[in-house]
Amino acid sequence: MTRRHQRLVMVLLMLACISAAVGFALRAFNGDLLYYITPTQLAEGKAPAHGAFRLGGIVARGSVHRRNGSMTVHFVLTDYHHSVPVVYTGILPDLFRVGQGIVVKGRLTHGVFLASQVLAKHGAKYMPPGIHQPRARPAHLKMLALRRSLREAPGL
Amino acid sequence: MIAEIGLYALVLAFLMAAAQTFFGLAGAGTQRLRWMAVTRPAAFGQLFFMALSYGCLTELFVTSNYSVRYVAKYSNALMPLFYRVAGVWGAHEGSMMLWMLVLAVWTALVAVFSRKLPVVFANRVLGVLGAIACGFFLFTLITSNPFVRLLPPALHGGTLNPILEDPLLVIHPPMLYMGYVGLSVAFSFAVAALIGGRMDAAWARWTRPWTLAAWIFLTVGIVLGSFWSYYELGWGGWWFWDPVENASFMPWLIATALIHSLAVTEKRGAFKSWTALLAIAGFSLSLLGTFLVRSGVLISIHAFAMDPRRGMFILVLLGIMSALALAVYIWRAPLLWETGGGFRFFSRETFILLNNILLVAGAGAVFIGTIYPLFIEVFGLGRLSVGPPYFDHVFIPIMFPLFLLMGIGPYVSWKSGSLKALRRRLWIPFLLWLLASCVLLFVALDSRWPLMTWLGAFFGSWVFLTAFTEPVRRLWLRFRGEPVRLPSGVLGMSLAHFGVGVVILGITMSTTLGVWRDMPMRAGQSYRMAGFRYRFDAIRPAHGRNWTGVRATFSIFHQGRRFAVVHPEKRHFFPDGGTTTNAAIVGGPVHDLFVSLGNPLGKGKWSLRFRYEPMVIFVWLGGLLMALGGLVAMLDRRYRIALEVRPFLPIDEASQSPDDEEAL
Repeated sequence: MTRRHQRLVMVLLMLACISAAVGFALRAFNGDLLYYITPTQLAEGKAPAHGAFRLGGIVARGSVHRRNGSMTVHFVLTDYHHSVPVVYTGILPDLFRVGQGIVVKGRLTHGVFLASQVLAKHGAKYMPPGIHQPRARPAHLKMLALRRSLREAPGL
Repeated sequence: MIAEIGLYALVLAFLMAAAQTFFGLAGAGTQRLRWMAVTRPAAFGQLFFMALSYGCLTELFVTSNYSVRYVAKYSNALMPLFYRVAGVWGAHEGSMMLWMLVLAVWTALVAVFSRKLPVVFANRVLGVLGAIACGFFLFTLITSNPFVRLLPPALHGGTLNPILEDPLLVIHPPMLYMGYVGLSVAFSFAVAALIGGRMDAAWARWTRPWTLAAWIFLTVGIVLGSFWSYYELGWGGWWFWDPVENASFMPWLIATALIHSLAVTEKRGAFKSWTALLAIAGFSLSLLGTFLVRSGVLISIHAFAMDPRRGMFILVLLGIMSALALAVYIWRAPLLWETGGGFRFFSRETFILLNNILLVAGAGAVFIGTIYPLFIEVFGLGRLSVGPPYFDHVFIPIMFPLFLLMGIGPYVSWKSGSLKALRRRLWIPFLLWLLASCVLLFVALDSRWPLMTWLGAFFGSWVFLTAFTEPVRRLWLRFRGEPVRLPSGVLGMSLAHFGVGVVILGITMSTTLGVWRDMPMRAGQSYRMAGFRYRFDAIRPAHGRNWTGVRATFSIFHQGRRFAVVHPEKRHFFPDGGTTTNAAIVGGPVHDLFVSLGNPLGKGKWSLRFRYEPMVIFVWLGGLLMALGGLVAMLDRRYRIALEVRPFLPIDEASQSPDDEEAL
């Protein structure tokens, strides 16, 4: 083989490897990409038609229920505009609590999100992407509240 | 006062780095010996002032000086001294300080050990290292000054995340940083050689030990991180394809490729521009890793910097450094072409080329999976994540041919190998391997192993059996009285390749034969899994120095005999320091048993996780063996001889001396 031939073989080998890698990547991409959406996007019908996805939100107050002794837990995820009921069977992460921002992975069946995984590893102040706490109340409402509390305060 | 001294020292260290850059690069460019004489002292000055500044920050942590914002936020007088010292790098600003201290240490080491190198070349290397340091000094001084005062001072300190309070975590970041930053040395050597327009066998021989050193630290750092996540996070699992893990894995893959391609550049004078490109890519990926971890673009436990300015700054820094290096590469690389020795298709060079292609393809696959979600989000195409299945599907198939080639490559001669010689060298391990494969097939069919288990064992045993063939062959020849040496380079390679086999074994067994179950149980109940019976004996409140919680007692029975008693715990740290799950692990060479305490379910019931992890310890053991192999290879005599005896002529752009590859 001449040098030119050798170089040609090298280039072809490299191309073969690269295209195999790209092929694997594309095949895997089709199956392994997980979209992330918020409850509002879910309500707008932006969820993937089938398959798993990830849903982010805040664990709604008073929504966490568990039958005694069962590993299955029910709670509601909210982004303060829309809410989604979630069912999960398994161990909840240590950071799971009411008011905590979490991300669940799973699929939607008959309006209930069946979670296969609950992620809450981001610290107490974590907000899942795309979710904003409602703004503080407008100033005049704050003044009203202040006046009311002053009126009700003892000794005045 | 100490904070101010620390800040001044930091500024002075920056000025030293600036002097080092200027006199190194400009001195080398204009061939002024007086200018170049400044470079080395400036490098030592940079280390001195950087160490002083870092020492000041440590002192502030040890004395819990809450008038400094960073200290007030992350130090607490209640923490033991050990963690107050280590707490310095527990958050963003301090870890940048550590980054720069490590860089200053590497720079000073280069300054010490480059005295025998050509003066112009050594100055260029130090100049490039100084330029990198300057960028990071500016970053720290502008966006993340750790010495900012807090007025009025805080009354109480903050807390370190409790899961970070762990002895392993104390050494994990310095190790990883030694590796990350150590790649800057290979980068500087490559850029300096490109500027000089000459990259010969001697250059490769100077660069190899530095690259190996960085690679060793990177390997140990990754192993420690993996081990830490296994036993400290509480739920098992030692690799999650988390972007932060990938951030250290990509430079590791590239550095591994670089080590191999440097061998070709040293022995055969070939692959020069490719080697330079790998050196540039390796450090650029380190910088990318720093960006990913430090900028907060990836929200995870590692990303404590949530300031977008910082992310932008590192990204710009990354862009400038990589772009400059690539510009130098494009400008100078043509000078390196057509000077290497030619080689036949069937030769060691081809095998190393294939190794490089596969490693780079693997790094590329990891890169795509890590960057793609960010890319999609930046362009407003939605939010998505690339999960572990992607990496498993793409990365593992790329590795299998690598394992196969790994056993053959070292036995093929340089330049032009022959099948006959290969047959002579490899027939014993090949027969043994065939035998082992048959036995494995029998075992696999008998105990119904999944296909992947068998595949892993198949490739793993090949790597195992071929790893030590060369040293054994050489010792055998020597035993028969032939004058054959066993250089530690060969021994180191064999050790490292053997380590790869051990890692393959650990990964295969633990991922394909491992079992885990989540179970609800109350005290008194038992659960049977993978041949072991776990009896939940009791659960009681417990407390420690800064936590309260519960502690359970489990008896583990094997074949009716009590095998172990373990105590998984749940700890709530105060004040408001979060909750941790402390799993109980019974470790061993054959398997790990793993019990962790989940949540209370009411009526005395708890959710529990049981794991059976066969041979998981080999994952880390193999990693450490690889690092040990690197160390042995690094201590090869020829690197020291190259430094001590051979008188090198200064590298001169105009010199046209022939390559001295034949002499090596």
